[in-house]
Amino acid sequence: MSGPDGLTLEGVTLVQGSFRLGADLAVPAGQTHAVMGASGGGKSTLLGGIAGFLAPAAGRILWQGRDITALPPTERPVSMLFQEHNLFPHLTLAENVGLALGPSLKHAGSAEVADALARTGLADLGKRRPAEVSGGQRSRAALARVLLSDKPLILMDEPFAALGPGLKQEMLALVDETLHAAGRTLLMVTHDPADARAIAAQIIVVEDGRALPPAATGLLLDNPPPGLAGYLGS
Amino acid sequence: MALAALALVLGPLAAVGLWAGRAGMPTPGDWAAFRFTLWQAAASAALSCALAVPLARALMRRRFPGRKAFLSLIGAPFILPVIVAIFGLVAIFGRNGWINAALAPLGLPPLSIYGPQGVILAHVFFNLPLACRMLLSGYAAIPGEHWRLAEALSLPRFRFLEWPMLRQRLPGAALLIFLICLTSFAVALTLGGGPRATTMELAIYQALRFEFDLGKAALMAVAQCAVCLAALGLAGRAALAPVAAPGLGLQARLPPGPLWLDAGVIGLAGLFLALPLAAVVASGATWIFDLPPTIWWAALRSIVVALAATALAMAMALVMARAGGRLAEVAAALPLSASSLVTGTGIFIILFRVIRPEALALPATVLVNALVALPFAYRILRPALAQVEADYGRLADQLGLGGLRRWRLMLVPLARGPIGFAAGLIAAMAMGDLGVIALFASQEQQTLPLAMSRAMGAYRMGEAAGAGLLLVLLAFGMFWIFDRGGRDVRA
Repeated sequence: MSGPDGLTLEGVTLVQGSFRLGADLAVPAGQTHAVMGASGGGKSTLLGGIAGFLAPAAGRILWQGRDITALPPTERPVSMLFQEHNLFPHLTLAENVGLALGPSLKHAGSAEVADALARTGLADLGKRRPAEVSGGQRSRAALARVLLSDKPLILMDEPFAALGPGLKQEMLALVDETLHAAGRTLLMVTHDPADARAIAAQIIVVEDGRALPPAATGLLLDNPPPGLAGYLGS
Repeated sequence: MALAALALVLGPLAAVGLWAGRAGMPTPGDWAAFRFTLWQAAASAALSCALAVPLARALMRRRFPGRKAFLSLIGAPFILPVIVAIFGLVAIFGRNGWINAALAPLGLPPLSIYGPQGVILAHVFFNLPLACRMLLSGYAAIPGEHWRLAEALSLPRFRFLEWPMLRQRLPGAALLIFLICLTSFAVALTLGGGPRATTMELAIYQALRFEFDLGKAALMAVAQCAVCLAALGLAGRAALAPVAAPGLGLQARLPPGPLWLDAGVIGLAGLFLALPLAAVVASGATWIFDLPPTIWWAALRSIVVALAATALAMAMALVMARAGGRLAEVAAALPLSASSLVTGTGIFIILFRVIRPEALALPATVLVNALVALPFAYRILRPALAQVEADYGRLADQLGLGGLRRWRLMLVPLARGPIGFAAGLIAAMAMGDLGVIALFASQEQQTLPLAMSRAMGAYRMGEAAGAGLLLVLLAFGMFWIFDRGGRDVRA
């Protein structure tokens, strides 16, 4: 059905309370995919399952052909950005970013952390705490941590939703030129077709309890199926 | 950890239950203690709640200079050592107190603070503020929009907004106060006694300490525990609202009331709560520098006991609050049913053949204080830790923060405020505790509250006053240091 390359969900069923989500799809490595669908449709559930926060009731999750279904979150090849709470508020940006290198604060002063901060435009802000920088800078610090981790699969659950349109575009561009350029595989939840057009080659539509196999962004958005059309309001 | 806590509570209870079988039939005196315990607890709860309603309403609808100080004042009794409050109340309401001094020239008969009325007075002193705080947080929970909406629609605000809240909160407040007063020991020991005003807790103490009747003590302890369990069952979890400070900046718009009423209510309540404290400070200030060495040793012992109890209770509460779940909930609530003297009796029964009671005094006090504080600490810490996990748990999972690292890097720093607050409460409560220590201690192991109560009993009032002031300073100081430590964010 799919090659060993990238992420594969084989007959996965995720159950959360009375909600069920089925997923049978493959995402090739190194590509950026948008995940779209109505609120409460299961986008976050899908990402939670891939990241390991929710054990599937059935099916297998594979990365590069290796079964990762039973691995705890920290041992998966996955790094996830949440809608909020991506940084510990009591730690400096450098300490937060340094956690990508291991569960200790000792990495904060390392050259790798300084480099990751510099690449996200935070060169001088490592000693600040999240509350002392702007929302955009917090997003950059979260990106810097993901960048520094060696996880090849990045899941983004609307981490930029609280930013204004200009900042959001800036962040998407940064994602594209850092994470994507570094060969990472990205799954990005978004409500905005413009986000998808900006950086995603393919879109995974989540509706009616199913995560559908990816479809090309342009084609899908130009001729959306009824469910997606209703959601987009087009 | 939850199992350990359960064992620590249930072990002594089982011992008590086994020995209760050896008791003779209850005497009329035992029945009187049973009836008085229930009656005074019910009266104290009813009075505290009835007085709390006008006080809370007055505080909600008036803004006056010193309102913030007043709100702090009604937080104070929770950590005020009972024996100190009693000293203050005696100074005001006692035979030679300020009230009687004012009544005498008018030719009125003197009031007596000893007996049932004194027990209830002291209980209202402690629990009126508690009830008031619970109602204030109830008022604070009514959204400001509702007040404006009710006003715009000309709805009777009391009936539509206040009454539903009061009906929801008052039973919980009353049951909690009832439960607290059921296990009252220090108040009954100092202001009660005799056939008319002996609580079961006091009867346990007397049976064990003076009559050496272990069977009777055990029987009273079983009865005490049964009554508490029944009240606890009624109260459920609702009554155990955490003792958080009420909101200050809310825009509640209560229906207007006469100024004289609100001013009178606030003024009288303020005097009632502040005067005993003032009396302690006034009479203690002259004596605190002349205290005998026994008092200073007792103070040192109290500090060690308080710190040890705090460490033990916090360790149990933190681990249990992190785990959560049914077992932890039950284990954390159970100490409410086993009062200090009930657990103390159990420990005595288990160990009296093995170890001399005096050797047990301080360890037993540490253990019992930790157990008694556990329900409060758990209620404060559980929501705080659950919130941290809800917000940052997935991030920590992803970063591989497990075990001790999770505590050190995430849970402790982010729940620092509640942890400091809980530790402060436990330390202050343990510092002022006069319960199980009275059961075991001889002169050599007495803590500061016990030394103070013995000084009072021997009419060494100057020494008692000085010890009282020292005790207040230590209890409030401990609370302040821990609570403050929780607030300081890493610089």
